[in-house]
Amino acid sequence: MMGLLRKIFLADLFQGLRVTFRTQNPKNIVTEQYPAERPKVAERYRGAPRLNINPENGQTLCIACDLCALACPETLIVVGWERNPETKRKDLVTFTYDTSRCMFCGLCEDACPVDALELTQDFELASYSREGAIFDRQTLEEGIKPTKYRF
Amino acid sequence: MTMAGTFLDSTELVLNMGPQHPSTHGVLRVILKLDGERVLGTECVIGYLHRGVEKIAENRTYAMFAPYVDRMDYVAAVSNGLGYCLAVEKLLNAEATPRAQAVRVILTELNRIGSHLLWLGTHALDIGAITPLFYCMREREYTLNIFEKYCGARLTTHAFRIGGLQYETYDGFEKDVLEFCDMFLPKVDEYEELLTGNRIWIERLTNVGILNAADCKDYGVTGPMLRAAGVKWDIRKALPYSGYEKYDFEIPTRENGDTYDRYIVRMQEMRQSVRILRQAVADIPAGPIMAKVPKVIKPPVGEAYVSIEAPKGELGYYIVSDGSTQPWRVRVRPPSFVNLQALDKMARGALVADVVAIIGTTDIVLGEVDR
Repeated sequence: MMGLLRKIFLADLFQGLRVTFRTQNPKNIVTEQYPAERPKVAERYRGAPRLNINPENGQTLCIACDLCALACPETLIVVGWERNPETKRKDLVTFTYDTSRCMFCGLCEDACPVDALELTQDFELASYSREGAIFDRQTLEEGIKPTKYRF
Repeated sequence: MTMAGTFLDSTELVLNMGPQHPSTHGVLRVILKLDGERVLGTECVIGYLHRGVEKIAENRTYAMFAPYVDRMDYVAAVSNGLGYCLAVEKLLNAEATPRAQAVRVILTELNRIGSHLLWLGTHALDIGAITPLFYCMREREYTLNIFEKYCGARLTTHAFRIGGLQYETYDGFEKDVLEFCDMFLPKVDEYEELLTGNRIWIERLTNVGILNAADCKDYGVTGPMLRAAGVKWDIRKALPYSGYEKYDFEIPTRENGDTYDRYIVRMQEMRQSVRILRQAVADIPAGPIMAKVPKVIKPPVGEAYVSIEAPKGELGYYIVSDGSTQPWRVRVRPPSFVNLQALDKMARGALVADVVAIIGTTDIVLGEVDR
């Protein structure tokens, strides 16, 4: 009898509709209006790579030890260095990071012994050409400059 | 009557479903042989997403291969990482520290909930209920945010390392997980309110795609599909790993093994996962997060097989080591791939519209089927 009444009055339908209407309150909107509204990514987010420079003297922190290139599963990091005849140390010359093949696993930043290479919170990596996805030393040190739109 | 007959007799129709069909959950192609609306037989064509992950493993060191396993079952990347790390740890004869184990359990259970939520949303969408998808995605976002705060990535997390963890938990990790637990259980009730008693949902799913216990065992089907057929088999209980023996939880089972029962089993599994989460968060032991494993991982010659209970079933990693820094062979036993075998058994005799429901209830991820 109960079952029949439920059937006639579409009880299960209204039960579901109650849930739908409970969430109609504008307070409950969770959608982010992305380009207008910047999402706040986590502190540990693994995004665009950056090559840190020493803020005191503007020199690179990288010691050209090549450990990041060895740790990379996709071998997309190429470190160019030359031996400084005076200090007998390696000096960083070029640093290429191919983000088109990068899977942002974070193994390179784990391997870095001096915290020079870091994956940052920048997440807008789109570029107009494939070459644009290959970061050279300058891009890595200064950071990518995403296109700004006005809203 | 001769065999040639008229054109009215030639009712058999071969139809392609996929690989671009939205409810094949990726790039599965199913060739259906139909008699009107009845399915006479199916054949799966897989491999559209094949990336040769097992072969890649042979050219990578053990630590380097860890991010690749996340790309197999990308809905439950954390579970994949756990299985791989456990297998290499078994080769090395090492064990993660108690703290690492507890954090691993928390993250894999969160991932189980996330995976089940995605399944519920897409499965309901396939069948015609659009509302649950939005709600499931909303709740899944909470688990993804916890992953993002913990390890910096949302989907392909690479959260675990061989021997333990790379990242210490962030400030407020326990609070976040507990908040999620408190928030999530009423939401499961909400989904049940939308679906469990709904007449359309019940009539659409009961007695569709029945797979009984004997068939499940024959096909090697594991996970919620096996439990929906009444077999109480869960690797977390049967062969506990990563400290699961410490937690008190139940294995939900049902008897019929039809699509509706699988739905019920997965809903209850989400509740049980919350139960495990609460227990695990209550006492995360203090201590180091990384066990003593060498920096260059070079396991002794030998082989190891470890299987874990992934959200979709038994996920196994079989690794053969030749004593070098790279594995000699890695073989993955993906649950989706094995469960997909039973599709023909379930779909035979069903209606075309039911095939969509059956594929949905199998909970396949094509990244894992093709590897």
